[in-house]
Amino acid sequence: MSYFIFTIFDIVLVLSMVWIAWHLLGTEDIFKAVVLFISFGLLMALAWVRMRAPDVALAEAALGAGLTGPLFLSALRRMNRPRKGERRLDSDEKR
Amino acid sequence: MITTLIYSLTGLILFGMGFFTLIIHSHPLRKILAVNVMSTGVFLILVATAYIPLGEGEIDPVPHAMVLTGIVVSVSVTALALILACRIQETSNSSLPGRKQQGEVPEESIR
Amino acid sequence: MSRTGKSHKRLDGFQRLLLLLVICMVMLLGYIIWSTPGSKPVLTDAVAQMQEYSGVESPVTAVLLNFRGYDTLLEVMVLLLAVIGTWSLTEAFFPVQGSEISPVQMGAVRLLAPVMCLVAAYLVWQGSHLAGGAFQGGAILGAAGVLVLVTELPGLRTIPVLSLRIGLVLGPLLFTGTALFCLFITGDLLGYPKGAGGWMILLVETGCAVSIGLTLALLFAGGRPDKESIWKNNP
Repeated sequence: MSYFIFTIFDIVLVLSMVWIAWHLLGTEDIFKAVVLFISFGLLMALAWVRMRAPDVALAEAALGAGLTGPLFLSALRRMNRPRKGERRLDSDEKR
Repeated sequence: MITTLIYSLTGLILFGMGFFTLIIHSHPLRKILAVNVMSTGVFLILVATAYIPLGEGEIDPVPHAMVLTGIVVSVSVTALALILACRIQETSNSSLPGRKQQGEVPEESIR
Repeated sequence: MSRTGKSHKRLDGFQRLLLLLVICMVMLLGYIIWSTPGSKPVLTDAVAQMQEYSGVESPVTAVLLNFRGYDTLLEVMVLLLAVIGTWSLTEAFFPVQGSEISPVQMGAVRLLAPVMCLVAAYLVWQGSHLAGGAFQGGAILGAAGVLVLVTELPGLRTIPVLSLRIGLVLGPLLFTGTALFCLFITGDLLGYPKGAGGWMILLVETGCAVSIGLTLALLFAGGRPDKESIWKNNP
């Protein structure tokens, strides 16, 4: 029974991870993508715990979610800062 | 066994999605995000192959140590890549009038 | 979902071919994973046998800093290289001058930063027997550094650059020094002498945690500190 519940948990976790990854790679707004990436990192930490890898989960929660997100946000701010009134780079990304 | 399979295949799907996005998108930040998703997929496969259900024995610690190392390296690589991307944008903008700062002139002439 | 769906409709021929190729690759790799026999704990027994000689109780820490210590040594060097690369590329973006910080944030960070340092120290110490270690502790330290950088605590600009440099190389130097010391004592690089493994690993881990935390915070700062700039334009 517990095996069954664990498998359902796995499937739910995996589906939400793939869903978030799909959206973060597909949205046209980079800021939204970065925020989704942070939540993706938190879900990954959950997956590491499920994989019985608490060391990796700790590192992922602190690094993947806590540090990579701010890195991207500061880079975003840095890239958008000097081009006021111009087109943002992600607006001409439409294929 | 089924858990290993679920997570490995998820890692594979994440890898494929990241790879496709990496190729077709042009924005540097999105490329770096895609590389991060790809690396996460690879880590997931690596850890999933080491997984053994609770009560059936100890977990192989070597892949965990490798993934731990990999996560830290991928964060530092991401930081370096982001700064490179910012730098590329700054220098490619600096040809526009009024964009160049006074102090950057000797730096570019060196490069 | 609708947005991404829309953008996928606009794929041209080349991108469709690419999508097809990527799907083929993923399916082939999936077949390989599917047909791989179930995992057998290949190295678990080897690690378990040597565990008592490693000086620590946590297998992951034993692998990281004892059995495969050479990897970790090189990885710390990679982090150092990343900072060197960043510093040679551009000037620091943080701390931003002239932005308004709310006093609530100031107070919260003043309270949080020491607690985070404490948590980091606990994680490093915990690494010898439970989950934790230099990387996790360093990550928490780095997060504390990021908070301090974002809040622009006064006094941040008065930190001498030399101390930053010393902090950056502290971990790699300690690690290399320990490795060479072991080379002289036991004849093996990173072959800790018997009985001394525990405290040596703790020493190396503490140094590495400080360096990793500083590295991550400086990577977030995004460049060399202002005082380092050769072409100084803003005082």
